[in-house]
Amino acid sequence: MPEMPKEKLKILESTCVPLPFENIDTDQIIPARFLSATSREGFGENLFHDWRYDKNGKKNTDFVLNNRKYSGNILVAGKNFGSGSSREHAVWAIYDYGFRAVVSSFFADIFKNNALNNGFLPVVVPEKFLNNLLDLIQRKPESLVRIDLEKQLITVLPAEESFIFEINSYKKECLLKGLDDIDYLLSIKDLITSFETRKKQ
Amino acid sequence: MGQKTLFDKIWDSHIVKTIEGGPDVLYIDQHYIHEVTSPQAFNGLKERGIPVSRPERTLATADHNIPTINQDLPIREELSRIQVEKLAENCKNYGIEFFGLNHPKNGIVHVIGPELGYTRPGMTIVCGDSHTSTHGAFGAIAFGIGTSEVEMVLATQCILQPKPKKMKITVNGKLQKGVTSKDLIMYLISQISTGGATGYFVEYAGQVIKDLSMEGRMTICNMSIEMGARGGLIEPDETTFRYLKKLPSFPKSFDWNSLLMKWKEMKSDPGAEFDREMEFNGDLIRPMITFGTNPGMCISIDNSIPTNDDVASEDSASFLKSLDYMGFVPGMKLLGQSVDYVFLGSCTNGRIEDLRAFAQMVKGRKKASNITALIVPGSKDVEKQAIDEGLDRILEKAGFKLRQPGCSSCLAMNEDKIPAGKYVVSTSNRNFEGRQGPGARTLLASPLTAAAAAITGRISDPREYI
Repeated sequence: MPEMPKEKLKILESTCVPLPFENIDTDQIIPARFLSATSREGFGENLFHDWRYDKNGKKNTDFVLNNRKYSGNILVAGKNFGSGSSREHAVWAIYDYGFRAVVSSFFADIFKNNALNNGFLPVVVPEKFLNNLLDLIQRKPESLVRIDLEKQLITVLPAEESFIFEINSYKKECLLKGLDDIDYLLSIKDLITSFETRKKQ
Repeated sequence: MGQKTLFDKIWDSHIVKTIEGGPDVLYIDQHYIHEVTSPQAFNGLKERGIPVSRPERTLATADHNIPTINQDLPIREELSRIQVEKLAENCKNYGIEFFGLNHPKNGIVHVIGPELGYTRPGMTIVCGDSHTSTHGAFGAIAFGIGTSEVEMVLATQCILQPKPKKMKITVNGKLQKGVTSKDLIMYLISQISTGGATGYFVEYAGQVIKDLSMEGRMTICNMSIEMGARGGLIEPDETTFRYLKKLPSFPKSFDWNSLLMKWKEMKSDPGAEFDREMEFNGDLIRPMITFGTNPGMCISIDNSIPTNDDVASEDSASFLKSLDYMGFVPGMKLLGQSVDYVFLGSCTNGRIEDLRAFAQMVKGRKKASNITALIVPGSKDVEKQAIDEGLDRILEKAGFKLRQPGCSSCLAMNEDKIPAGKYVVSTSNRNFEGRQGPGARTLLASPLTAAAAAITGRISDPREYI
C-alpha cells in the first residue's frame, strides 16, 4: 500500500476558507526549511507557516487560518495558485491540515498534477465566479459550497450559482475510485518493456 | 499533419501509450534525483515491495540542503544530515549512481547533469525539481515533477502526463553590452507574467537565442518555469554539438558521428504550428531587476516601480502586499538603494561563465563594506575550474571568498539564510516571500548586476562598471 492510502473523493459540501491573493507559490504554502522530513505526514503543522505565525512563533490573528470565522475543507484562493517549486510537500501540507479541494481560476501545472496524485481536487472556475465566491465567503463565512466530482459541478449554496468544471476523465476515475497511477503503470509493464526493446533497435 | 515541432517529435517518440481522455504514458530517458524530493518515493517502493525498474537511468546528487563551507565535516543540521544519509542508503540499496557530498562530481543537479554529459539532445528528462527545465537548452524535453511522479519513474521509468500546448518565443536582434541571458529571461517573464505560460511548453528561437552560449541558454530554459511554462527548449545547433564534444566526461562508449547525425534532425519543421507565438526585440532589453515577490514583478534597472494606477484593480491588493513585504513604495526608483547581501550562484547562474563575469567586474575593485557576499559555485567541477583559472584569487583580492558548491541561499534550506528585512541582490530564480530566509528581501538580477551591487553597496547599473 502507498504511504497515504488515497481516500475516494465524490462529494464535498463545506464552508470555505478564503485566501484572496494571486500567485500564491509553494514556498508560501510550505517554506523550504520545513522540507527536511523523510515521510509524508505532519506537514499540516507548517502550512502557510510564515503567514500563520509571526517571527516569535505566535499566531498571527489576521491570517485566515487563525480566524475562527472561517473553517471547512475547501480552500478558495486567488489565480495562479501553487506556482513555483515542484515540492509535493505543498499538497501534503494542505491535505494534512484537512483541506480536500482548492478552488481558483487557474493552477500551476506541477501543483495540479501533484494534487490529483494525492486525491486532492483542484477546481478551476472562471475569474468572475472566483471573485464572487471570495466576496461571498468574506461577507458570509457560513456560506456552503458543494463540489460534486461525478457531475463535475461546483455549486454555491443556497444561491445556486454553479459551474461545470473540467477534469480529465482518467484522473476523475482515479479520484472517484481512489486509484493510483503507479498501480496502473505497473499493470502495463509488458508494454513498457516492449517499448524499451523497440527503442534500442 | 506532417509538420511537427521539435517538442512534438521528442514527445511523440516517447509515448508508450495514450490513455483515452487522459494523459500519455511517457517514457523517461534520464531521471535525476536529490535528497529533498526523493525519500518519500523510495518509501513508496519499499511499501509496495518493488525494485527500481532501470537504476542506470537515474542519477543522484545531494545539493538542496548541504552546507557550502566545511563540507568535509558532518552536516550540522540533524534533519538535513538524515535526509542526505537516507539518499545515500537508498541509492546503495537500489543500485543508483550517487554523487554525494565531497564526491568530485557533486553539485547542483541541473549543473552536473549537463556538464557530465548525461543531458543530451532529444531526450526526455525529469527530476523532482521545477528547474529541471534547464536541460531543455540541449533540445531535450525536461520538466519538474512531484514526488509521486518520482516514484512512478523509479518504479516503471514512465510517467503519466497530459501533453502541454506549444508556445514559440522568438527573440530577434542582438543583446547590448552589459545585458545577459538572465536579463533576457527576466524581461520575457516581465512581459508574459509569472503565470502567463502556464499549460505551455516553450520553444525559444531567433538570433539572440542562437548567439547565446550553452550556459546562457541553460539560464533561459531554467527560468521558463517562472512564467508558468512546463519547460522550455532550444533547437540543438553547432554551439550545442561543440559544447558536448568538448565535455571531458562525455561517455566514451557513444558513437559521436551517429549521434551527431541524429541530433541534426532535432528541429521544428518549417511551418510547424504552435498554439501561441510571440516575438520580441532583443536590442531593446536593458539590465533587469525584480522589485516584488514573484519573478514577473520586474523592471529595467533604470526604471521606476509601477504605480498603483499601472496595476489592474483586482491585482492591486497582491501588488501592495508585495511592495509592503519588500519595504518599497509604488513609483519609487531602485537605482541607488542600499543593499546588504549579494548571492552569486544557483542552477540559474552558478556556472563558470557566471563566476567569470562576476570576477571580471570586481577585479581590481573592492567589495563594499556594507555587503556580505555569498559566492557559490554550482558544482565541484565549476569550483575546480574557477580555481584553475585563478578566479578565486581575483575574488579574494577584491574581498570575496569562494564557497563550496550547493543550492545554498537560493532556497536557504541550509545555513545560508538572508536575515529578516535585509536586501539581497541575487542571481537565483525566485524572489518569493521568505525564499532566501524568513523575511528576506530578494532582488533577482544577473551576475553583472550582482557584481555592480557588491562593489558599490547599492543597486547599480552594471553597464557603468564594465
